[in-house]
Amino acid sequence: MAKRGWDEFEIGAMLRSFDGVSNDIATTLQEDRNYSQSNSFVASVADWRIAKPVFNKDFCIDCQFCWIYCPDMSIIARDKKMIGVDMDHCKGCGICVEVCPTNPKSLLMFPEQADEEAELSQWPAKDKETK
Amino acid sequence: MAFDKMELRDIEVWDGNFAAAQALRQCQIDVVAAYPITPSTPIVEGYAKFLADGYVEGEFVMVESEHAAMSGCIGAAAAGGRVATATSSQGFALMVETLYQASGMRLPIVLNVVNRALAAPLNVNGDHSDMYLGRDSGWIQLDAYCPQDAYDLNFIAFKVSEDHEVRLPCMVHQDGFMTSHTAQGVKTLTDDQGYGFVGEYKPMNDMLDFEHPVTHGVQTEEDWHFEHKARQHNDLMTKVFPKIEAAFDAFEKLSGRKYNIVEKYDMDDADVSVVCMGTSVETAREVATEMRAKGIKAGVVGLRVIRPFPFMQIQEVLKDVKAIAVLDRSSPNGAPGMLFNEIAGCLFNTDTKALLSGYVYGLGGRDLTKKHLVDLFTELQANVDAGKILTPLQQFIGVRGPKLSFL
Repeated sequence: MAKRGWDEFEIGAMLRSFDGVSNDIATTLQEDRNYSQSNSFVASVADWRIAKPVFNKDFCIDCQFCWIYCPDMSIIARDKKMIGVDMDHCKGCGICVEVCPTNPKSLLMFPEQADEEAELSQWPAKDKETK
Repeated sequence: MAFDKMELRDIEVWDGNFAAAQALRQCQIDVVAAYPITPSTPIVEGYAKFLADGYVEGEFVMVESEHAAMSGCIGAAAAGGRVATATSSQGFALMVETLYQASGMRLPIVLNVVNRALAAPLNVNGDHSDMYLGRDSGWIQLDAYCPQDAYDLNFIAFKVSEDHEVRLPCMVHQDGFMTSHTAQGVKTLTDDQGYGFVGEYKPMNDMLDFEHPVTHGVQTEEDWHFEHKARQHNDLMTKVFPKIEAAFDAFEKLSGRKYNIVEKYDMDDADVSVVCMGTSVETAREVATEMRAKGIKAGVVGLRVIRPFPFMQIQEVLKDVKAIAVLDRSSPNGAPGMLFNEIAGCLFNTDTKALLSGYVYGLGGRDLTKKHLVDLFTELQANVDAGKILTPLQQFIGVRGPKLSFL
């Protein structure tokens, strides 16, 4: 958000969520919302993260557990299909990986600097010992 | 209006508290969140009764402390309601944190402060300690000298505070017991006149506007905080006085009663003048007239608006006065006194040669008598005759024990 002078913003330390009129915002997808510059959605907090989840759609069963459990609404799902992770807002807490029920897991944590393609190419195989 | 109207006589016998409660009824306050405290209790009690009897459409929120009372008012104001409450002394002190929230969030809440001393020792009577405690909180502060003022200034407070160019909360001060519990004749407005003057509440950035969602109560650090505080100070310094003047003018047209940012009494040719606030202004006026009969050209300056402080107006009214006494009704606790300091600040860098002295008086409801003021005006005239201040700069009026003076 641009650094403005004292006379260049609305009074009352009040922040708008959206620019213009928002009707029925609950049923409007994020990509269709007119987020205001002061909405935290437009700010990236990716640098808070030291480990990141990588999503492997080959094993995903679209159970939506990760979507339900994510505390930052950073799992992107459309039409009940898991699409990926919102890496601007994911804090790397690992809860999505913890709750993922597939074998092998469809989400795994890696160091922030890990190469996604490389990790996907060497994804662990199904673990036969665990149920 | 979907509530019962009340037939009032042209003049009712009301104390300051009931006058304020009637003004809250006529302004049709949406929400009062309150925690009663002496001597302000009858204001919120009065609103609650009007509400229960169907004379007002609103909500009375009973809370567990004054901190919660102002917090409730802040929430209701941010939601988009016309909001008011009342408090005194210890309750005001507990509210202080939230007072800064209300003004920083630019919420037009009206707070009736029935001035009372601050403990310790505990005391329920009137002095200006609580009023002084709120002076840096970013609120507008209006001062009533009698029940009539307490009634009228509530209408003025809503009118100014809710203006979209102002949007700052406003305190209406009256002296505990001396005004709040002293019944006098109060000239009334009809319900239609009163409500018509303040008008229908016009929300701004309200949380109940679902088409324009807003976040109130945000956090800013070193990158934004200064700009917000600077904006608030700018608006207090530049936008409030013109709106107060316009409201005073409109109110005069409606009621015939004229208020001024600085209330002058016999100041046109005054040699000696007392500057004070609250009920003391009325006593000082009476004594000034008696001093004139004795050949001392005495005048009185009363502050009607304490914040923003009327710097330029004070400079103008005191420019030709020869000796000035500034009366502080709050223990300065290691300083000359707030009002003394403000007046000294106004006069510095001007051409005045006025002899300025300060007096601390009336703590904990101690009376300021006419005799005290006769002695005071006489002392000021002696200063004028000698061409210099013959006393210490800070003296105490009406305290027992050896004479107390400093500086």
